[in-house]
Amino acid sequence: MGEIIMLSWKKEMEKKLERLKTIDLKESVIILGIETSCDETSIAIVQDGHKILSNIVSSQIAIHKRFGGVVPEVASRKHVEVINVLLEEALNDAKLKLGDISAIAVTYGPGLIGSLLVGVAAAKAISFAKGIPLVGVNHIAGHIYANNLIKQLEFPLIALVVSGGHTELVYMEDHHKFEVLGMTRDDAAGEAYDKVARTLELPYPGGPYIDKLAKEGKATIELPRALMDNGYDFSFSGLKSAVINTMHNAKQRGEYIAKEDMAASFQEAVVDVLVSKTLKAVQEKQVKNLIVAGGVAANQGLRSRLKEKCEQLGIDLTIPPLELCTDNAAMIASAGYFSYLKGEWSNLELNGIAGLPLSP
Amino acid sequence: MVNSYQFTANNVSETRQLASKLANYLKPGNVLTLEGGLGAGKTAFTQGLAIGLGITQIVNSPTFTIIKEYHGKYPLYHMDVYRLEDGYDDIGFEDYFYGDGITVIEWASIIKDILPKQYLNIRIEKSDDNKRRIFFEPNGDEYIQICEEFMANEYFGD
Repeated sequence: MGEIIMLSWKKEMEKKLERLKTIDLKESVIILGIETSCDETSIAIVQDGHKILSNIVSSQIAIHKRFGGVVPEVASRKHVEVINVLLEEALNDAKLKLGDISAIAVTYGPGLIGSLLVGVAAAKAISFAKGIPLVGVNHIAGHIYANNLIKQLEFPLIALVVSGGHTELVYMEDHHKFEVLGMTRDDAAGEAYDKVARTLELPYPGGPYIDKLAKEGKATIELPRALMDNGYDFSFSGLKSAVINTMHNAKQRGEYIAKEDMAASFQEAVVDVLVSKTLKAVQEKQVKNLIVAGGVAANQGLRSRLKEKCEQLGIDLTIPPLELCTDNAAMIASAGYFSYLKGEWSNLELNGIAGLPLSP
Repeated sequence: MVNSYQFTANNVSETRQLASKLANYLKPGNVLTLEGGLGAGKTAFTQGLAIGLGITQIVNSPTFTIIKEYHGKYPLYHMDVYRLEDGYDDIGFEDYFYGDGITVIEWASIIKDILPKQYLNIRIEKSDDNKRRIFFEPNGDEYIQICEEFMANEYFGD
């Protein structure tokens, strides 16, 4: 019985895939995006890869604040609780029914496995019950495609992905063709922000607080900039240790270091490294388009330095607004749209993969 | 009473070297726990193990995904359970502990209820900015033997 139903789902998908080849591009494609890879549950509906019809994010920051970090089990339980409510809201906001949806795009990695599975299971259930094609999306690809919601991606391009879990420089020749040029060898940039914030006794998440303090302080403390002249990989662990040691030693000696100055010095070190490596990639790959993605893209220090440098060099810079930099399902729907058009659909065996790489 | 073996690492690359040598004495199913404060060198120690296991991939922080897997002579499972405060049934730790690879757990005290009976605790203490005291603390005969062999071959033998 189960197998027969499964077979009929497969047949229906084959028919739809066949029809996709003859699709008139004027016909609008509506993608339902589902994102549950970390601490946000989000469902969005996006038309033709760029027009956001709805984008509902249920921020769980309030719960996580108590723990000073993401708590995976809290995260997955919360995802389960809110996912149906969000689905209803997303459809209501867009004034659509599930029957109007062309495909479901869901994040299947990388992320916290328990959290990923909630989204993947929901997406598979809807796909199966309603006969709607299913597209698995890489979370990092999603961050990159957040830019397509602002302005159509133009290739070739360099993408700087900076978040709590990732620091990656990616070269793209075309849609969904990712070449990872470099990545972090230890901590992600956002993770370094969180850990330094903890050292400075700032609340979680630390990034915005350091960004704010940095504006009030002066970058007078000497901190290391690792791997500066050494390829595209990043390292922020030594910088984190230097902040911890400097604060610790000052305390031992009874000296006072203003948090504002440490925040400014740390931020300048991070921005120096991110910007110099990104611009090196832009120049070596001879691209005219630079996009920034991930939660740290919201950082004012990084934004203003990149903006200034790109203006000097005549590089077209795109940074999404804050609400699209942090985890959301609209970006997943946008990335899923291009996979959908290519016919790169998933089957019901789609599973969450915690360590999913961007390029195989 | 737990035996303890003490080492000194003058910098982060000596931490990696020590771990890399230790890797030669480990086999599938071994579990290592890592204790030490922020910036003590827990990730660096794991990077050393990875080198010793012939892993060529970049081993970076598992804080975000909790578990990262690498493949060398044996699989290496690198976990950071710092943020697991509130229960952890779904992660499936047992599959890793009793699997075919070597498991390294940072901040393992958080999940001490579900650790296997035998494991090797590595404690890293900061002496100063760069210098570390590293302790191997075996729990169970299998790990005492690993430490004894390690000491005999790497420090007194040849």
